[in-house]
Amino acid sequence: MASPAAASPPVARPNTARPAAVALEGIAKKFGVFIALRGVSLSVDPGEFVCFLGPSGCGKTTLLRIIAGLERQNAGAVLMAGRDVSTWPAAQRNYGIVFQSYALFPNLTVARNVGYGLETRKAGKREIARRVDELLDLVGLRHHREKYPAQLSGGEQQRIALARALAPSPALLLLDEPLSALDARVRQSLRHEIRGLQRRLGITTIMVTHDQEEALAMADRIVVMNHGVVEQVGPPVEVYMRPRSPFVARFVGQMNFLDAVAGPRPRSAHMGAMELTLPADGDPETTAAGPGTPLILAIRPEEIVVGPGAQGAPNRLATRIRSIQFLGSFTRLVLFLPGDGERVLECDVAATAFVALGVAEGGELSMALPPESLRVFRKES
Amino acid sequence: MEVVTRETGAAIPDRVVRHRLGREDVIRVGLAVAFGLVLYLFILLPMAKMIWRSLLDGDGQWVGLANYARYFGTPAIAASITNSLYVAVVSMVLTVGLAFGYAYALTRTRLPARGLFRVVAMLPIFAPSLVQAFAFVYVFGNNGIFTRVTGVNVGIYGAKGIILAEVFYCFPHALLILIAALAATDARLYDAARTLGASSPKTFLTVTLPGAKFGLVSACFVVFTTVITDFGAPKVIGGKFSVMATEIYNQVSGQQNFTMGATVSVVLLIPAILAFVVDRIVQRRQYALVTASARPLVPAPRPSRDWAATVYCLLVALVIAGIYAVILVASLVHRWPYNLGLTLKHYAFDTVGGYTPLWNSVQVALWTAGVGTVLTFGGAYVVEKCRPPARGVLYLLSILPVSIPGMVLGLAYIFTFNAPGSPLNLLYGTLAILVVSNVIHYFTVGFLTATTALKQMDAEFENVSASLGVPFYRTFWRVTVPIALPSIVAISMYFFLNAMVTLSAVVFLVAPGTELAAVAVLLMDDAGDTAQAAAMSVLIIGTGLGVRLLYWLAMKRVTRRTQAWTQPGERPAAGGPT
Repeated sequence: MASPAAASPPVARPNTARPAAVALEGIAKKFGVFIALRGVSLSVDPGEFVCFLGPSGCGKTTLLRIIAGLERQNAGAVLMAGRDVSTWPAAQRNYGIVFQSYALFPNLTVARNVGYGLETRKAGKREIARRVDELLDLVGLRHHREKYPAQLSGGEQQRIALARALAPSPALLLLDEPLSALDARVRQSLRHEIRGLQRRLGITTIMVTHDQEEALAMADRIVVMNHGVVEQVGPPVEVYMRPRSPFVARFVGQMNFLDAVAGPRPRSAHMGAMELTLPADGDPETTAAGPGTPLILAIRPEEIVVGPGAQGAPNRLATRIRSIQFLGSFTRLVLFLPGDGERVLECDVAATAFVALGVAEGGELSMALPPESLRVFRKES
Repeated sequence: MEVVTRETGAAIPDRVVRHRLGREDVIRVGLAVAFGLVLYLFILLPMAKMIWRSLLDGDGQWVGLANYARYFGTPAIAASITNSLYVAVVSMVLTVGLAFGYAYALTRTRLPARGLFRVVAMLPIFAPSLVQAFAFVYVFGNNGIFTRVTGVNVGIYGAKGIILAEVFYCFPHALLILIAALAATDARLYDAARTLGASSPKTFLTVTLPGAKFGLVSACFVVFTTVITDFGAPKVIGGKFSVMATEIYNQVSGQQNFTMGATVSVVLLIPAILAFVVDRIVQRRQYALVTASARPLVPAPRPSRDWAATVYCLLVALVIAGIYAVILVASLVHRWPYNLGLTLKHYAFDTVGGYTPLWNSVQVALWTAGVGTVLTFGGAYVVEKCRPPARGVLYLLSILPVSIPGMVLGLAYIFTFNAPGSPLNLLYGTLAILVVSNVIHYFTVGFLTATTALKQMDAEFENVSASLGVPFYRTFWRVTVPIALPSIVAISMYFFLNAMVTLSAVVFLVAPGTELAAVAVLLMDDAGDTAQAAAMSVLIIGTGLGVRLLYWLAMKRVTRRTQAWTQPGERPAAGGPT
């Protein structure tokens, strides 16, 4: 799913002559004393699918509503296709929006909901009907034309809301947690459907979500936000593989964190009595920090090597298994780190590999933390 | 790669980047200003004028609080304060107690013929407050049938009679609130109490009463305010027992002493506003007792309890039905209680100009329903959905009228609209001013009903419309109004029925040519034409019942036609909207 996005290198973005579909310059917003956004700048290319990802209260929805003109920023500018629309009211900004609640008009039929934005545009009745059918075909719900929203399932309502937003052919599609009211299975299939639709129409899309899996699966680029600040912007693979801060590392995917200090040798760190080798290609500022600098090392559970594969590998540690959770396609091992016997690491092993390991709770297990998988952060004091 | 700058909060300016004003914004602001102007002109200005008047003497000279000193210093007048409070508190306790029992029987027992019991209990809503008083006079008064038959005069004139009349007048209002409070419960609470081994009385004290707590407070507030501001019943049955509302009437109508009328009015505002504030504070602490997963309580049969409930409700319903039976019979006989031969002669209304008052009343009630519904729903829409700058002020002014007694409002309108040289003077002496005073008098309930209906709608409807380039007023017509139609019809019904029966808000404002039915009842009773007063009462009640029936039929159609979308289709709605 994320592979096409990974194909485009993160830094060398195609610098086309076309202006950004949406550009934000230093957007700041506060509600009383609460600061929702602290000067956010960002640009979205035409046809791109961007996800604003972050925990609740991080400012992602506020940012979307500022782009939509539903909320007014305290500072900063919103540009659409190169024009400053900061002072434009919502009605003039030319976008379609789908809210978490869908906000379908319950007293109007599906067809009238979808055609709602067309009726004031001096389009003929026949033309409206044609466009409505076209959109209902697009979301595969033409047979529900004359039904009322309450007669449809949640997923169907969601697709009607999408069709309604797309009907006037807006330049931009905004999605505010569009899938969060649905159950897991419907959510999965709608992810593909929305993404496919977006590709086919080539419409610039911004989606707000708190679900990192959703963002990884759908976005061209993810904007990870926290406390009103953009922590990282990048394609899903980059955000997952090379998180730029401990926050991003923790929020996207599973991650183990280890406290360490920089060692006397270059690219080394001490964790208690153990010496660990750090990656060769890491951020030079942190991997080459002076001896004694407090560091945080991070590694994903699936990157830890256990059993025979750990033999002779660098950063090899002897551990004891605290607990084993069978989770279907993989098994999660909770391992005691050597030393005080309190710190633990989580390690995921494929189900078949786990059987081959032949271990039990309380048993000894050797493991290795491959240097190239370790992310190194400076510990903020 | 994007440049991400971090700024500290201190650097963020307090102003927001303003959107340029479009045509829609101009309309929105215009509506808010118009609504504010109406509230100012018909609520704030009159009340200010009246308070100001209470600080002047009869010649318009500033005298400070001298009028108040005179009021409290004249024992005959000051007694009206304690009298009012006494009557209001006793009526409140009795009404809420009686209504709680009745509501409990309706919701928590296997009472037979529930629908009938409910309808009978609602009858007083269709009658002016003096009708209840008439009935007790007809039975227990000096020439009452009970007094004549038994020779025992129970001395109904005074506090006793007022309280009796008020209890039955306020009964349905308290009952409606308590039914709602008792109906909203969760059967699982009772299951839990039973499994924990709680006895019936204990369950009642620990589950039922706390659950109905907020309803009880609300019912107390409504009854207290209604009684202390009511004028009809004390006027008819109060005799020499003076309460504040009758005192205002005597000062203004009897002695033409507008200054003292204003002074008593301001004092009467105090308990009403206090009760209002207490109710607001209590309701704010209300929490949701019934969640989405609650299971409705279906009472299990228990013969002893069910029989007791039936007997109790039968007694109460018989008294209420008896009141209206007495009125009906009295209007149809030659001379109650001496000559009980049937006649229609009392329906000629020769002393008040025939049927003109009744026709005026219907006209005023229709206009009140129309204007009141448009103004409350429109106002609530402006406050709730347009979010104008001073919406807090607009909201406060909109819920203020509930604590302004009708007499006080009427008197304030005299000061405002009977001022020579003012353009507002045009309204004085017309049916229009009666419509305005009714609309304002009953404004709050209509406004709050509309607000509740609007709050239940998805807050993003307006945002979706804006994103689709549809003006807000179009969405108002196509979506907001159709969805809220049941509430809108209910609001207009409320305005109509109250405008038919109200006396206090209009008694000072009727003029030759604009007499109303309820006022005619008062005048005929004053003149000793009690039979004609009864006949007019019967017509008022009949009109109300007829309109209520039409409403019921219309609602059935409205629901079928425009609310088709609320009927679940063949597929269950998972995560349905709103």
